Amino acid sequence: MIEFRQVTKRYDSDHTALRQVNFGLERGELAFLTGHSGAGKSTLLKLIMVMERPSAGEVVVGGQVLNRLPRRQIPYIRRHIGVVFQNHQLLFDRTVFDNVAMPLEVMGASPRDTGRRVRAALDKVGLLQKEKMNPMQLSGGEQQRVGIARAVVNKPPVLLADEPTGNLDPALSADIMNLFGQFSQVGVTVLIATHDIALINEMGRRTLKLDHGRLVTGGTSVIGGGASGR
Amino acid sequence: MAADTRKKSQPARGANKARSPWREQAESYFTHHRKVAEDSARRLWRNPVASLMTWTVMGVALALPVALLLLLTSLQGVSAGWESSARVTAYIELDVPLERARVLSNEIAGDGRVASVELVDRDQALSEFRASSGLEDALDYLEDNPLPHTLLITPEEGARSTEGVEGLVRFVEGMEGVERVQVDLGWLQRLNAMTDLLARAVWALAILLAAAVVLVIGNTVRLSIESRRDEILVAKLVGGTDSFVRRPFLYTGAWFGLGGGIVALILLQLSLWWLSGPIERLAGLYRSDFSLDGLQFDGALALIIVAMLLGWLGAWVAVKRHLDDMEPGDIAGGR
Ligand SMILES: Nc1ncnc2c1ncn2[C@@H]1O[C@H](COP(=O)(O)OP(=O)(O)OP(=O)(O)O)[C@@H](O)[C@H]1O
Ligand SMILES: [Mg+2]
Repeated sequence: MIEFRQVTKRYDSDHTALRQVNFGLERGELAFLTGHSGAGKSTLLKLIMVMERPSAGEVVVGGQVLNRLPRRQIPYIRRHIGVVFQNHQLLFDRTVFDNVAMPLEVMGASPRDTGRRVRAALDKVGLLQKEKMNPMQLSGGEQQRVGIARAVVNKPPVLLADEPTGNLDPALSADIMNLFGQFSQVGVTVLIATHDIALINEMGRRTLKLDHGRLVTGGTSVIGGGASGR
Repeated sequence: MAADTRKKSQPARGANKARSPWREQAESYFTHHRKVAEDSARRLWRNPVASLMTWTVMGVALALPVALLLLLTSLQGVSAGWESSARVTAYIELDVPLERARVLSNEIAGDGRVASVELVDRDQALSEFRASSGLEDALDYLEDNPLPHTLLITPEEGARSTEGVEGLVRFVEGMEGVERVQVDLGWLQRLNAMTDLLARAVWALAILLAAAVVLVIGNTVRLSIESRRDEILVAKLVGGTDSFVRRPFLYTGAWFGLGGGIVALILLQLSLWWLSGPIERLAGLYRSDFSLDGLQFDGALALIIVAMLLGWLGAWVAVKRHLDDMEPGDIAGGR
């Protein structure tokens, strides 16, 4: 589903955020991405979202090589990737429902379809009764879950999360991780960047560890093969 | 990879469902357009003072050249009216007798383009000349009357255009016994040349002001883009295309244009009403049928459409400059 081939990312100066990163993620696989601050986790996720382009190497998502993707095609790739950020990026000028509906709106889904799918997503994160509220009226954890609902509302094959449990209490974090586990069980490829070592250990999933832009563990993976490297 | 098969299977699935999904797609597309249009309009209403100021600036900038153009059209109408005084004078050859001149006069009077013909015979002409020139003594030395019979021709209403008069002149010139035909159009041509020059100046002004309108709207839309930055970034993040993200701002531009066009119409109507009294009095003094005409319905419609196009264009400029290069990378966080 996701494949990095010798990917190097250099930001404008001679600062290198990623060095020759190699790994692959299967469909339905859930993996953690970890490493010290500044190791390049966010950069790696941004490459998958085509928010950044690699300086060298190839990023492949769903069989498509993103390097050569023309600019106008980028939105269509992003529709296949759900993202959750620590600063969830909700819009406070509209209701929870309208926030979650955004990915459907940009796709031009019909209102009937939108209503059904938004409620299904809100139901999944346990916020169905709060659809009419403004996200500002919700707690941090609830806001985070609204962000997750928005990321999965159009059933993307890939789900990325950058510090999704950053400032949540352990119980809530575990809840959210369980949610991610459920998505992977229905075939969604999930990649979660996090510092939360305790959580990672608890989940016992494959972990990709970055150190100064180099992939030091977890990269021994599926390129060319079928075995998933847990 | 798994996604390959997934991608390929999608169009096939769409095709199987045949017509109705397409209709649904189109329907939701139009619903979306309507929603965006309404939303942009509502946003303008929510800031009535700021919107009204933009509308007024645009209205003034549009009303000025349109008013000048209207004035110009009215002036051209006047000069067309003055053509009625255009007189064609035909000089008959000296050796043509009076009887023959009468025949010519009747023949010309019978032409459809001619309202009336006055025959001035040479004796009458001489005495008139004598009376008006003050050269009585000098004329006494002349043995023969040097003046020919003259026909004073007034063209029919329909033939008072420049071409009409020219056609008439050719017709009279071609007649047996006519020596020379003269039209007094010099002053008219001068006036026409002047209105031509004026028209160009007005158009140049109109273009400059249109450019100003585009810039004003562009700047206003830029502010609106900045204030909705988060929304734009999220839309791009979840896969909104450029045209999706641009749409609300292009509608905003068009609504600014609509408001500006309406303000321009109101300003034009007001100044027309304010000026109509003095103009009537002035025209009365000069016994002219000059009147300043306002915009007709189609003119008003054209003004509104042009205004909306200018607003849209201004928004387009802003969107091109400030929106397309906005990337959600900055909000992705984790830096
Ligand atoms: N847009 C950018 N321009 C220049 N340098 C950048 C840019 N984005 C990231 N970097 C640099 O690349 C390196 C990796 O950054 P990245 O955000 O990927 O780290 P991270 O692993 O997500 O860190 P954290 O855990 O603090 O979120 C950092 O040293 C950072 O300074
Ligand atoms: Mg980060």
